[in-house]
Amino acid sequence: MDFTEEQLKRYSRHIILPEVGGKGQKKISEAKVLLVGAGGLGCPVGYYLAAAGVGTIAMVDDDKVELSNLQRQIAHSVKTLDVHKADSAKQTFEALNPDVNVIPIKERLNSKNILDLFKDYDIIVDGTDNFPTRYLINDACVMLKKPLVSGAILRFEGQVTTIMPHDGPCYRCLFEEAPPAGLVPSCQEAGVLGVLPGVIGALQATEVLKLIIGKGTPLKGRLLIYDALGVNFRKVKIPKNDECAMCGKNPTITELKDSPEEYCSI
Amino acid sequence: MAVKVKIPVPLQRLTQGKEEVEGDAGTIISLINNLDQKYPGLGERVSEGGKLRRFVNIYVNEEDVRFMKNEETEVKDGDEVSIVPAIAGGC
Repeated sequence: MDFTEEQLKRYSRHIILPEVGGKGQKKISEAKVLLVGAGGLGCPVGYYLAAAGVGTIAMVDDDKVELSNLQRQIAHSVKTLDVHKADSAKQTFEALNPDVNVIPIKERLNSKNILDLFKDYDIIVDGTDNFPTRYLINDACVMLKKPLVSGAILRFEGQVTTIMPHDGPCYRCLFEEAPPAGLVPSCQEAGVLGVLPGVIGALQATEVLKLIIGKGTPLKGRLLIYDALGVNFRKVKIPKNDECAMCGKNPTITELKDSPEEYCSI
Repeated sequence: MAVKVKIPVPLQRLTQGKEEVEGDAGTIISLINNLDQKYPGLGERVSEGGKLRRFVNIYVNEEDVRFMKNEETEVKDGDEVSIVPAIAGGC
């Protein structure tokens, strides 16, 4: 595809970067990225990817916009209260950039639908709010060998890592199992600084764009931890775990499973 | 000099809001027991029956202790220990 005059202008600050250029911008416009969650993290990730001109952005979320979301979920507004978040995000992102095709998927991910939903996308972004879905997304990405950019937030702290299945550790190499229900509070219970998902989401969007243009070093095998109160960014190593139940030498997980419902209350 | 221990935000309630505390050199499990005396409840959040919990990782400097000697990994004065729990919020 050739860029129109308008597109050349719109993406001029990208195209002028030697690391992006016309070639990189073309890759961006042809990329297909699926975001799980159109909430705190999904909003800034999708917003920046839309601005960058990512051709196809799927937003998976079955929730509707509530007033308590608006402190941080910047794709939604008082005009989209009670509207599906995926539809609300589509309106916002396409208003910013009509080049972008936003596909709202108003479903909850489960072991039956996940592989089918993921299979046509190049990169998956995790911005979900519970452990069972995080492990399900990880397992599906390992099975499909899809890069996964994972972000998580709570109170004043965020974590980011990029998972390149079979070419580095997976989420189960990092945390072998989910905490039991009730031990780790949710944002709803413990709160979250409104701008925190903006910081973590912007880091995730950066990782996605780097993967698309194939430049720089992905945040692979490292967990980046951001502590907003202390203004600390720390990176720790995530070794690939040979004993990993998903991607180790003798994996014990060979099919996708839904976790019991009570986990979802974490 | 002592061992510096970075406390994650969800556990800072137990350390009177402190994001970094100090402990004694030795094994990881002795460090945790030592911290639990100063900050009751911390040990239980991180370990169970002398073993580290599987959803909390501990790093010495940048290295995950699971890939060293786990609870028995030795830490010395000047080392930086990070306690990193799994968090799942995306909300």
